[in-house]
Amino acid sequence: MSEVAAIDRPNENRQEIESAVVRFAGDSGDGMQLTGSHFTMTAAIEGNDLSTFPDFPAEIRAPAGTTFGVSAFQINFGARKIMTSGDQLDVLVVMNPAALITNLADVKPGGIVIADSGAFTDRNLTKAGYTESPLENDSLEGYRLVKIDMSRLTVEAVKEFGLSNKEGLRSKNMWALGLIYWMYGRKRQASVDWLKTKFAKMPEIANANIAALNAGHAFGETAEMPAELGTFEVERAQIEPGVYRTITGAESVSFGLLAGSQLAGLNISFCSYPITPASALLHHLARMKNFGVVTFQAEDEIAAATAALGASYAGSLGITSSSGPGIALKMEAIGLAIGTELPMVIVNSQRAGPSTGLPTKTEQSDLYQAVFGRNADAPMPVISVSTPSDGYDVAIEAIRIATKYMTPVMVLTDGYITNASEPWLIPNPSTYERFDVEFRTDPENFHPFLRDDKTLARPWVKPGTPELMHRIGGIERSYDTGHISYDPDNHQKMTDVRAAKINGIADDIPEQEVEAGAAGGKLAVVGWGSTYGPINRAVNNMRDDGYDVSQIHLRYIWPLPRNLEELLKTYDQVLVAEMNTGQLRTLLRAEYLVPAEGLNKVNGKPFLIGELEDAIRIRLEK
Amino acid sequence: MNVQSPPGKLKARDFATDQEVRWCPGCGDYAILKAVQNTLAELEADPKNTVFVSGIGCAARFPYYMETYGFHTIHGRSPAVATGVKLSNPKLDVWVVGGDGDMLSIGGNHTMHAIRRNIDVQLLLFNNQIYGLTKGQYSPTSKIGTRSPSTPMGSIDNPVSAAQFALGVGGTFISRSTDILVKHLSSVLKRAHGHRGTSFVEIFQNCIVYNDGVFKHFTEKSVQDEMQIHVEHGQPLLFGKDKSKGLVLNMEEMRLEAVTLGEDGITEADIAVHDETNRSLATMLAQMDPPIMPVALGVLYCESAPTYDSSVHAQIEHARKDGEGDLTKLLHGGQTWTVE
Ligand SMILES: Cc1ncc(C[n+]2csc(CCOP(=O)(O)OP(=O)(O)O)c2C)c(N)n1
Ligand code: SF4
Ligand SMILES: [Mg+2]
Repeated sequence: MSEVAAIDRPNENRQEIESAVVRFAGDSGDGMQLTGSHFTMTAAIEGNDLSTFPDFPAEIRAPAGTTFGVSAFQINFGARKIMTSGDQLDVLVVMNPAALITNLADVKPGGIVIADSGAFTDRNLTKAGYTESPLENDSLEGYRLVKIDMSRLTVEAVKEFGLSNKEGLRSKNMWALGLIYWMYGRKRQASVDWLKTKFAKMPEIANANIAALNAGHAFGETAEMPAELGTFEVERAQIEPGVYRTITGAESVSFGLLAGSQLAGLNISFCSYPITPASALLHHLARMKNFGVVTFQAEDEIAAATAALGASYAGSLGITSSSGPGIALKMEAIGLAIGTELPMVIVNSQRAGPSTGLPTKTEQSDLYQAVFGRNADAPMPVISVSTPSDGYDVAIEAIRIATKYMTPVMVLTDGYITNASEPWLIPNPSTYERFDVEFRTDPENFHPFLRDDKTLARPWVKPGTPELMHRIGGIERSYDTGHISYDPDNHQKMTDVRAAKINGIADDIPEQEVEAGAAGGKLAVVGWGSTYGPINRAVNNMRDDGYDVSQIHLRYIWPLPRNLEELLKTYDQVLVAEMNTGQLRTLLRAEYLVPAEGLNKVNGKPFLIGELEDAIRIRLEK
Repeated sequence: MNVQSPPGKLKARDFATDQEVRWCPGCGDYAILKAVQNTLAELEADPKNTVFVSGIGCAARFPYYMETYGFHTIHGRSPAVATGVKLSNPKLDVWVVGGDGDMLSIGGNHTMHAIRRNIDVQLLLFNNQIYGLTKGQYSPTSKIGTRSPSTPMGSIDNPVSAAQFALGVGGTFISRSTDILVKHLSSVLKRAHGHRGTSFVEIFQNCIVYNDGVFKHFTEKSVQDEMQIHVEHGQPLLFGKDKSKGLVLNMEEMRLEAVTLGEDGITEADIAVHDETNRSLATMLAQMDPPIMPVALGVLYCESAPTYDSSVHAQIEHARKDGEGDLTKLLHGGQTWTVE
């Protein structure tokens, strides 16, 4: 095949399916992330709803062929609303033995496994820990195995472009992509266009990749694939009209921070120190200099938090971001922000811990840290991100609360949301209500801890303002003058007013709604953060099957919505599902004395819909 | 450093707040406070554009006593807070104040990075070789053998030399003075204020309660002339009563030596001339210790270099060259598709 023979045949005899889960897995060097993102782009263009999850190795350059060097990309796409990246795989494409051994367990019984037999060499088998080739014995009996020497076929397909064997093999991922495109009746044009633009300066590379893509596709088309495997058709989903893009959690939070700062009329000073999985935010914001965004890679997390606070003191919006261990280092600075009542946003991309834990694995175990993790009585609003696109609105809300109430706000997101992506109906920024900050400039009766009657917030004064020179700091401040005060009664009053200010935010956030199902009933499954998708799908599935179960999903962790207690008490049972050992459950029990139970796991992976369905079934059938 | 718009001539006392100063009577911090207030008045600094940032310690109480903007933060972090202030608003004239524990122990890391980045602030380190506020424990600048509540048999770890540290991490302005040298301190502060970048000023400060007299071997009137050398750019390195002594550069051993004019045929022509743009010379000066050598005071080193805060904003201006960013465009960046 030459150039672009991207003519796609009509769908003959394709089996119509509602959704499918495909995972591409291979060596870090095999280009699996790129393959996955191409498949995603094409699925989106063809009108499916979808959700994806990339799984990178923790090591930067793990030795080729090893299990810890496996990189995978999973996509769940469908003709219906897709809530998660999928429990079990319909199709697993593996580019080497290590990818097979590490991913096979997730394939559903009878699922399709497509393997590059050319990469199942003795050497690679040994590295993966196989004593004999699983492609040659009966170990894959429960699956529909397709062995194809993709390596050889790719090299043959790209021969004419004069590339070395090694260079030619780099297009192996495109060959695999071509084959999967054929399986699902997908058009190749978007990938072809992308390759041409990307390698505009290296036409032979572009052409080789296109040739590999076409060869993989042709392989399927010319009936070289086992017939019983079948071909599939996934119809368009019912999706709200508009312009879409795919978005990861890191992107949505970074866009939301920018949008929120514009709504507040402030410049951003984003101060951070690299840490997985939070670094992506720093990288995104560092490219927003044309918006006046200042980014600062500090010497450590303490400097990042204190520099952010210094920036807020000087009249910008100070933002800092990290993951659990780094957030721990920031806590003294956050205490200072609470004491001096300066706005600041702290984004915590949670990961498995304690300590370094599993840096690339997701968890929701920093809720205690966020709500309680400071010395003394130091209340602070905490809000959470539920889906990859939700970060946009949550970041805006964090800035609204921080600036209106002169308080640090912590945003909890996690490693899953940060890296996962979903289609996003791009919002129109001008439809958001502005919340411009009014800096105090009036010297009349000024002191730095004068409070607004309603919000209890103190005034924000930019240094440089005439006649308003004043000092603030960590020593307790007098309620009446703002000067330092060692008076114990004043400390009582200030502690009370700081708490009242934060509690009062409950009147300025929406009441808790029931996400799926109804208020009142046999069982409420309560969640927060990235468990939204699986809980929603599980609850809806179970409702379809006639179970009396509802979903309550919290965005606001502190203060809690004012109607939450009443709402929870309308259910016979409350089940709190979270990826920790029971942190929200403890909070709800402590606040409301509700007999909430927990469904908890910390194995680095999001909840499976099936796990949640089982938990619901057990509780409603006993 | 910034061009100030004078709000009518202010006096030193106009820079004082109405807050009661809470240092111990006789503490060296009083004299430094006076010197800073005098200096700001003489510089015709604009209080509304002046910010004092500090950490925690006796020294760090400083901002409460200055009628300017002030932020008393947390222990050791003032250089990082000040960095944030300058990133947010590079036009502010920022002074950072702290003790030897604050800036060289818990905050040593931030001090290093502020200096190496060359953030445009004046960084005043009040070195009393002790933890004053926490009641007298030894500090990272205490001499070996310092007896304190936490080292009853004497401290055993090597002290750090603040000026050598600042030189070593690439500081662009390194200077020294003492609490009691009112005029000298004021002139050093003025130079510090005039320098663009991190102006590091180590001020030897007497803690009358917990470390009284640690510097008297070079600050006391009777020994001052012999044990201090006040360096000035372009001037011969002379000291002693009647400037009868000087420093010569021993080229073979690459070190400074103290000599007496007239002895061994030494004339003024042999005396080394201070060149504040020479980092090696500054390092040798910073290393000098009594009784064999005098303590070097004044501006040991000064070089002009871009400041971090201005470079950050230059990049932003550059990025905006082709117009301010458009959020809608950003959101629509990359691959989009339309659902009808
Ligand atoms: C995180 C933290 N650790 C310890 C302290 C206690 N502390 C306050 S000031 C200080 C040392 C002060 O010494 P120095 O910085 O030399 O200032 P000085 O009081 O001598 O002026 C210490 C240890 C604190 N406030 N915060
Ligand atoms: S303890 Fe020492 S440094 Fe602190 S105020 Fe008293 S004399 Fe000054
Ligand atoms: Mg000290």
